[in-house]
Parts: sequence; C-alpha cells; structure tokens
Amino acid sequence: MEDQVTKIDIRKDENIVYKRTDLLVDRPLSYCPGCGHGVVHRMLMETLEEMDIQDKTIGVSPVGCSVLAYDFMNIDMLGAAHGRAPALATAIKRLWPERFVFTYQGDGDLAAIGTAETIHACNRGENFVIIFINNGIYGMTGGQMAPTTLPGMRSSTSPYGRDVATMGHPLKITELIAQLPGTYYVTRQAVHTPNHVRRTKKALRKAFENQKRNTGISFIEVVSNCNSGWKMTPVQSNKWMEDNMFPFYPLGDIKVDGQLVPKKETAEKE
Amino acid sequence: MGELRLMKGNEAVAEAAIRAGCDGYFGYPITPQSEIMEYLMAEKPHERTGMVVLQAESETASINMLYGGAGTGKMVMTSSSSPGISLMQEGISYMAGAELPCLLVNIVRGGPGLGTIQPSQADYFQAVKGGGHGDYKMIVLAPASVQEMCDFVKLGFELSFKYRTPAFILSDGAIGQMMEKVELFDPIPRRTEAELIKQCPWAATGKPKNREHIIITSLDLDPAGQERVNLKLQAKYKIMEENEVRYETIQCDDAEYIFVAFGLSARICQKSIDLARKKGIKVGLFRPITLSPFPTKPLGEMSKRVKGILVVEMNAGQMIEDVRLSVHSDQKVEHYGRFGGIIPSPDEVVAALEQKIIGG
Ligand SMILES: Cc1ncc(C[n+]2csc(CCOP(=O)(O)OP(=O)(O)O)c2C)c(N)n1
Ligand code: SF4
Ligand SMILES: [Mg+2]
Repeated sequence: MEDQVTKIDIRKDENIVYKRTDLLVDRPLSYCPGCGHGVVHRMLMETLEEMDIQDKTIGVSPVGCSVLAYDFMNIDMLGAAHGRAPALATAIKRLWPERFVFTYQGDGDLAAIGTAETIHACNRGENFVIIFINNGIYGMTGGQMAPTTLPGMRSSTSPYGRDVATMGHPLKITELIAQLPGTYYVTRQAVHTPNHVRRTKKALRKAFENQKRNTGISFIEVVSNCNSGWKMTPVQSNKWMEDNMFPFYPLGDIKVDGQLVPKKETAEKE
Repeated sequence: MGELRLMKGNEAVAEAAIRAGCDGYFGYPITPQSEIMEYLMAEKPHERTGMVVLQAESETASINMLYGGAGTGKMVMTSSSSPGISLMQEGISYMAGAELPCLLVNIVRGGPGLGTIQPSQADYFQAVKGGGHGDYKMIVLAPASVQEMCDFVKLGFELSFKYRTPAFILSDGAIGQMMEKVELFDPIPRRTEAELIKQCPWAATGKPKNREHIIITSLDLDPAGQERVNLKLQAKYKIMEENEVRYETIQCDDAEYIFVAFGLSARICQKSIDLARKKGIKVGLFRPITLSPFPTKPLGEMSKRVKGILVVEMNAGQMIEDVRLSVHSDQKVEHYGRFGGIIPSPDEVVAALEQKIIGG
C-alpha cells in the first residue's frame, strides 16, 4: 500500500515526465485526430521556450488547415493571405532585425500560389525560418490536388490519380530552393514516430540558432500525413506515407551550413 | 519657411516619405512612377533615417510586405501604377479587414489592360469604391500639384494611423512627372521601438510575459463575429465621413455654373475658368480633395446656388456618380471626359460647358 502512487503524487514536480509547454494555448486544436500539424506546433513552441525567445518572436501563419495556428501558439502572430507568408516575414524581419521570425506553411500555400514569394525570399537570403508542412494535398479545402501530390495519387480533383501528362509533375520545391545561395539550412523531416519527432525538434533548434547569426533562410520541410484528405485512418496514413511519400521525398538534410549535402548521404539511414 | 526645391511629383512623394518618418518602402517598378523607388534608392534612406527600401518580386509581394510591416506597427508604404495596383487588391482588402495602416500611391495610367503609360483618372472607381473584395473603404486623397504630392504623404500616414485603415493617394502620370516648386516640411524622426509600441498597442511586436498574445488577421469564421467586424468598420467610416472631408472651391462665390474635378482635371479647369470668364461666363470650381470620404454635403449645398454642373474627368464618367448622389435629382449634371491617356485642353472643357450645360 505504501508505495502506491496517487494522482496527487503524479502531479508533483519531481514526477513530471512530460508537460504541455505554456506556449501552446490550452484549447483543443482544430486538426483532425492523427494529423501531423499539431505535433509540429508543439515542437516549434517547445523550441522557442527552450531558447527563451518567445517574447522576441513574431510568427506568420498561412491559409490552409493551419490558418488558425495563431490561436494555438501563444506568441504574437500575423495571419497571411494564401501563399504570401514569406513576403510578410521579409518585411517583418527587415523592420525588426532583432526579432525572431518564422513562417508556417502548407504545400499549396508555399509551393503553388506562393511559389514566387517562397523562391524570392529564399534567394534574397532573408533571415527567417520557413516551416513547410508537405502533406501532398490541399487539406483545408477538402482534399484537392496539390503541387506535391504524387503521380497516380488520388485527390478530389484528380479522382483517377494524378496524371502527370495533363496535370504536371509533383514539385520538389525543397530541392529547388536548396540550390539558391540565399538558403543556409534545408532539411526534410517527419513527425510520425518519436524518433522522427526528436529529429524535427533538433532541426528546429538548429534553424533558430542559425537565425541568431543571420545566416539566411533555414527551411524545414516536414512530410506529414493528411489522414482525412487521403481518406485513411491515421495509422494507415502513416504507413502509406512511409511507403509512398518518403521514397519520392527522401528524409534528411539537403543543405547544411550553406553547403549541399552529397546525394548519397541525403537519404535517411534507418 | 521649409526648404524649397524644384522636383518631380514622384520625387516629392519619395522625399516626403523619408521626411515623414516612414519605416519601409516596398515596391515594384512600373511607368510612370518608377522615379519613386529610384529616388529612394539613390537617397540611401537607410543612412539618412534607417528607413528600409526593398524592391519586391511583384506588386503582390509588395502589398503583402506592407501587411507584414503594418501588422507590427511600422509606417510602411508602396507606390505603383494602375496594373500594379490591380494586382494588389487582395492584399489591400486584407489590410482593410485587419485594420492596418499604410500608404498606397497610384500614379494612374490609361487602361484597361496594359493600356498606356500616359496619365489617366480611370482608377477612381477602384480606389473609391473598394477595388478588392468585401465591404471596405480607404481614405483617398487626390493631389493636384507637386506640393500636394509631398504634403499628402504626411497627411496620408497621419490619417491611416488615426483610423487604422489604408490611405491612398490617387494621382496620375502627369502630376507624377511634372516639375514644380515644393516647400518641403521639416523631417520628422522615425519612431523609436518604445514610441511605436505606445502608439500601436494593437501591433504584433513580440509578446511580453505580461500581456495576451496579439493576432493580426482578417479572418473570423463565425458569421456573427464577422458581422461585428463589418459593423466596426462601417462605424469607423462614418466617423471618417464626419471628420475628414476635404475640398477646395475656386471662384465659386458668384458662380452660375461649376466644374467638379479632382487632381489634374482640376488644374485644367482652373485655366478653363479664366477662359470662360473672359467670355462672361461665371463659372467656378469645386475640387474634392478627399475622394473618399467624398464631400457630399458641401457639394450638395453649393449645387443649390448654381444652374448647372460639369464634371470633368480623365475617364468615361466615374466621379460623376458621386456628384449625382450629392445633388438634387433636378440639378443639371453632365460629364466631359477624355480617356486612354489623353488630357483635355482648357478650350475643349469650355466648349463642353457651353454645349452640354449652358446651351443644352
Ligand atoms: C487566393 C486564395 N485562393 C484560394 C484559397 C482557398 N484555399 C484555402 S486553403 C487552400 C489550400 C491549402 O492547402 P495547403 O497549403 O497544402 O495546406 P493544408 O490545408 O494541406 O495544410 C486553398 C486553395 C484562398 N483562401 N485564397
Ligand atoms: S484535413 Fe488533413 S491536414 Fe487538415 S487537419 Fe485534417 S488531417 Fe490535418
Ligand atoms: Mg497540404
């Protein structure tokens, strides 16, 4: 009886193994259960808290499922028009060089309607962090084809699968922007297992540390699931992502400290 | 007396921006207004005041850079000409919705489409009636001289911060390009960070521990909430209508007829007045300076004393709609316009007055 742990005991500081960061507002997320968006939100907010830079950070949320990111992240934020987050962030960082600035964008936002803003902000070597959630689909508007939708992949606007002959090829924007001299750190991560979550967190830390030194753009792609848009259970969607998304969008660093990582090392070693 | 200089209208805008304490200019080249960014780049405002000047990749990017800067309380501006302003409309609507201050300058050229690079007033509707989506209005100022190009930069910033709404200078290629004597106002220092935070407690500047986080957005998914946003905007526009109407009257005291014209057309009408009065026609000029809010009441009052009104515009008849809404339905109101980059001559304006109003 004596060594039985009570609820009160569990709440004691010395017994805490995990706690929600205060930088996440205490309210239910708007995301579907099983979606990767919420995990990335947490990693991002934990990173700011650990670096103790939350009072100096200004975030920019996109139009997409994460349009309400500003309701969940307990920092000052601006909600951009669809695709334009890098333009907002450019001005914010230039006008507030002492602040930390990031954008958080989906694949439609960053790689379709906002391609020009993405490429030019990267090419100018702006000093902010871009977090890019690639789920290969337009989650928010109901599962339409995205610039990153895989060949043959079904969506509501490619109901028979993406036909590259008529619908074009998926855009590997991350590889593309890694070629630009204005990017300093470009990496592709995932958040569907604890191991991947840890790596994403490390990447985020590195990105914000880079920003301290004004190195240029740090760009973190997170290949993520959209179980609702893909019409799968969360578990099925993670398996599908490993089997189909990762071969096309291999995980790992693409550019580190301004240097492209040689191709064979790019693919993640399991 | 401030410093006197001979300047182009576009240069006066740029110099006034530096002197007004502007924090950032973001723009994309287009004729006939590229001198604004060229002047700024040559002046090295970064050294003079710390002002940021950036050539963006498009007008879409520039207006969204403004959104970012304005959302953090900074004093930001852009300039463009007609096609570029069209490209900005989504962003302008977002800024009006999120209640962000900024200054936009349109050195209008003839349209539609790529049109011409010659001056025009055909973007009146776009500037005054909204342009972008949703129910919003801007403060629209119409300068008629290089001096006003300079002064309205300062005034535009003041009004945009006072009402937290985009302010818009609707000018044209002729006023942008012509050179006149300008008396420059004395430089106003840019606000310090502390001053900015005090002036703009609503701005997203980084959340200190002791206040709630600030969200800059034009989104409210709840219709009741979005209606409240709209009601708030409309209430603000009402106050602007009560307090910010500006206009000028020239030789109206004994006038039997009046021209109503803004910007360059008003300059032409002044010459037409001289020509007409030599012929014994008693005509005056009513010049709206704020096109939005429109000087409806003073124009309505004045119209009671005259026999007829000729609205002169470098377009196919846009402001005339607001003139008609300002006067009694029995009042004789006609339009004379040239378009596509053609500037009417003072003689043809007098001839139009004689034909359409006096003889008609
Ligand atoms: C100018 C404009 N065009 C279209 C839309 C509609 N729209 C909203 S979100 C979205 C796509 C979002 O997809 P993505 O960026 O991949 O984000 P996700 O929801 O998948 O996270 C679209 C097309 C819009 N809001 N604005
Ligand atoms: S629709 Fe897709 S991306 Fe959006 S919240 Fe649901 S699972 Fe996530
Ligand atoms: Mg997506």
